[in-house]
Parts: sequence; structure tokens; C-alpha cells
Amino acid sequence: MKTSRQVGIVGYGAYVPIYRIKNQEIARVWGKSTWPIKEKSVPGLDEDSLTMAYEASYNAVKRAQIPPEEIEAVYVGSESPPYAVKPSATVIAEALGITPRLIAIDMEFACRAGTTALQSVIGLVGSGMIKYGLAVGTDTAQGRPGDALEFTAAAGAAAFIVGKGEEALAEIEATYSYVTDTPDFWRREGQKYPRHGGRFTGDPAYFKHIVEAARGLMSEAGLAPQDFDYVVFHQPNLKFPLRVAKRLGFSKEQVSAGLLSGIIGNTYAAASMIGLAAVLDKAKPGERILVVSFGSGAGSDAISLVTTELLEQKRSLAPLVESYINRRIYVDYATYAKFRGKIMR
Amino acid sequence: MVKANSIPRVWRERTIKYRLIGGKCKKCGKSFYPFRRICPRCGSEEIEEVHLPREGKLLYYTVIRAPPSDFEEYAPYVVGIVELKDGTRVLAQITDVVEDQLEEGVDVEAVFRKYREQGKEGIIEYGIKFRPKT
Ligand SMILES: [Zn+2]
Repeated sequence: MKTSRQVGIVGYGAYVPIYRIKNQEIARVWGKSTWPIKEKSVPGLDEDSLTMAYEASYNAVKRAQIPPEEIEAVYVGSESPPYAVKPSATVIAEALGITPRLIAIDMEFACRAGTTALQSVIGLVGSGMIKYGLAVGTDTAQGRPGDALEFTAAAGAAAFIVGKGEEALAEIEATYSYVTDTPDFWRREGQKYPRHGGRFTGDPAYFKHIVEAARGLMSEAGLAPQDFDYVVFHQPNLKFPLRVAKRLGFSKEQVSAGLLSGIIGNTYAAASMIGLAAVLDKAKPGERILVVSFGSGAGSDAISLVTTELLEQKRSLAPLVESYINRRIYVDYATYAKFRGKIMR
Repeated sequence: MVKANSIPRVWRERTIKYRLIGGKCKKCGKSFYPFRRICPRCGSEEIEEVHLPREGKLLYYTVIRAPPSDFEEYAPYVVGIVELKDGTRVLAQITDVVEDQLEEGVDVEAVFRKYREQGKEGIIEYGIKFRPKT
């Protein structure tokens, strides 16, 4: 799957809230002796997927160094929008100053919506229909108290502005998507917490879709694992991305720069996109990056990018992912429960 | 309960609140936030819209522990006077802080956050707050 004209990322930005809860603290409350990751991010009381998307997008606009009104599309991918009916994209666009001549839409496909938003914007720019487009992945994920998901369900956002190839800090080389109807994880209308199919979330869901999307992209583009300097997978925990890397023939070294789930948790629609932002924070010009998302229900998008000479000068124009990871306020379970609306007045 | 007239107000003020748009008096030069049509110093009606600088210093703050009912769920929270880089003083919430570890004089930057919800069924209001500079 390729565009007819060369396009690329002209600006990127990420956001992770300042609050953290340690897995050990969650385990203490539920009497568990093992836990999957070190700690996860927690959104503050005045944050939601919309405000996080705004900050990531603001950072992306700063790196793009373009007048915001030249952005002609805003696509927001999330499974945790603040409204059931009323788009986040319009508020984000209004706050960034890019309304009203604008294509704007919210998208939902579990943890995959962000990369599909990016792919859609790549298509709009690649067809020549628009000059610049903004794609965001953002989520404030919720796990049922005491459920295994509660150890990892976290919050974060990442945003990418797509434009012409010659202005790009990373060119889009190819994309590939693989989707099937697979009921591995879902949330019914009006339900506060999602349900999942236990072990069913592994092989037929996460592993199958990521492997097929990665192999599909490499086969269509004539690439092999050793052609990539970095690879970023959707990261619901630490185990899955490392295991799928091995299955596909990637080394731990290729994965590590973009693997953040151990210290920020699973940021759902933002997970692989924050991973990509962290790789762009480090990569040198001329390096190739593979990103493969996964969203339940189920599907994966694979995107191959090659960085350019512009990357290093753009990088310092907005905060690095690392700077968000390093600012931390730890909360206990009671404060976490209040922040996440698990207890109400 | 949702007051019907608060929806048009939120809609009218959205760009001012979202983008930190202040007013600057063409007569006496005073700049202020939020934007309004009459100068609070000299009463002039010649006011231009200005995008205020997003960075400044926290001059004073207070911790709100008994807030108005719309803000109850956010208590305790911090309200402060921020002096922006151009000298404009802004009354705003200070966020991402531990109340008893905050110091006056710290550098702050504008962030876009949730102000309040008009009840569980009403609209959600967004706008600028400040946090210690990262
Ligand atoms: Zn005046």
C-alpha cells in the first residue's frame, strides 16, 4: 500500500501525564505477588484523551514549523473520547487555531485507531487533496478494579503531521493493513470497563495480526527484518512486543528504543505512536523504522519510515518523550481511584 | 444542573479560553486576560486581540479546599496569579502540582485542560491552566 506521491512526517509530538502508579501499589491492594510492569501513567483529574491529544499536537505543530491554518485534516484515534457523541477533533482543531476549513473526524478501533488515523492522513496528502494533515492517537485507558488490565491500562498521546516528502523528517516508505473479525477485547455501549477474552487475546489476536501485517509490508516493499534499524510494536505489556519481535526475526536491540510499556504502561491508541516518537527522538538520518500497531477486534497497521537530514534540527523544537517520562508524581491507589473516577463523591 | 445560558457563554469564549487570547488597550497600553471589549484601567473601547505569551512566573497562589459546587470533585486545587513574560497578570488554576510542595516564583507554562463539567450530562468546558515549566 503506497501513495502516488512521496509524503512524510513533517512534525511529531508526544505527551505522557505526570502522575504514575507503581504496579507494586496496585498489587498491594489486590493481594497479588507478581505484576507485569514497573509503573504506569495516570491522567490527572483535569485531563482526558482530548487534552492529551492537544498537547501532543501542539508539540507536533512546533516541530513542523508551519502556520497551523495550513493543516487541512485532523484525524483523532481513541477508544476513550470524553463524549460518546461530540467530536474531540473539533475542539483540538479550534484550540490549535486550524478551524474552520478542515476535514475533521474521530476514529475508533481499540488500540489501532491512531495508526489508522495516520494512514488515512497519509492517503489524503499522498493523493494531493490536502497539503498537511494531523493524525493523533490518544487514550486514557481503564481497567476494571482488580482485573489484570488494571496493572497496564495507562494514558498518553502522540501526534504526527504529514506533508510533502521534501519537507519530511521521516519519509513514509510503505504501509500495510491486516484486519479480521476477532472478538478478543470489547466494551459494550454504556459499560464503564472493557471485557477481554483472556488467553484469546494472545495468539489469534495480537500475534496473528502483527505478524501478518509486518510480513505483508516487508513482502510488498521487498524488505527483511535486518533492513530496519528500529522496530516498534503495539505494547500492551513488556512480554508481547519482545515475543512478537523474536517470532518475526527482529533483535532485542531493534525493539528497545521504542519499547516504553514497562515505565508508562499500555497507552492504547498512543502506544506504538509514542514508541515511534521516542525512536525519532534518537534516530540518525537515513535510518529505517518499522511500526506495527494492533487493535482488538482486530487489526494491525504496519508503516515503514526512513528518517532524513531534517530530523536532527526539528527534534529540539519540542519536548522529547524522555522529558515527559522523567517528570513524575507518584500516587497511591486511593488517589489513583479518585483520579480515574473509580470512586465518586 | 445545567444552566441553559451557560452553553452560549462557553461557545462565545472558546477561542479566548483555548488559545490564551488577551486584550491590549490601544489608548493606555494595558494588556489583560481574558479578552474583553473595555479596558479595565482606562475604560477605552479600543482593544485589540493579542495572543499572550505562554510562559511566565507564579507570583502568588492559594489552595482551594472548599470550592464552589461545580469544582468539588477537583478539590483540593491551586489557584494562582501568573505574570506572563509580557507582564500581563492572569488568574488561573495551577495544575500538575502537589499542593504543599509548590513555591511562589516558579516558572510556569500554559497547558490546555478540562475546566469543569456542567454536571454528568452537560458539556465539558476546556481552557488554559498553568503548570510548573518542564
Ligand atoms: Zn486602557
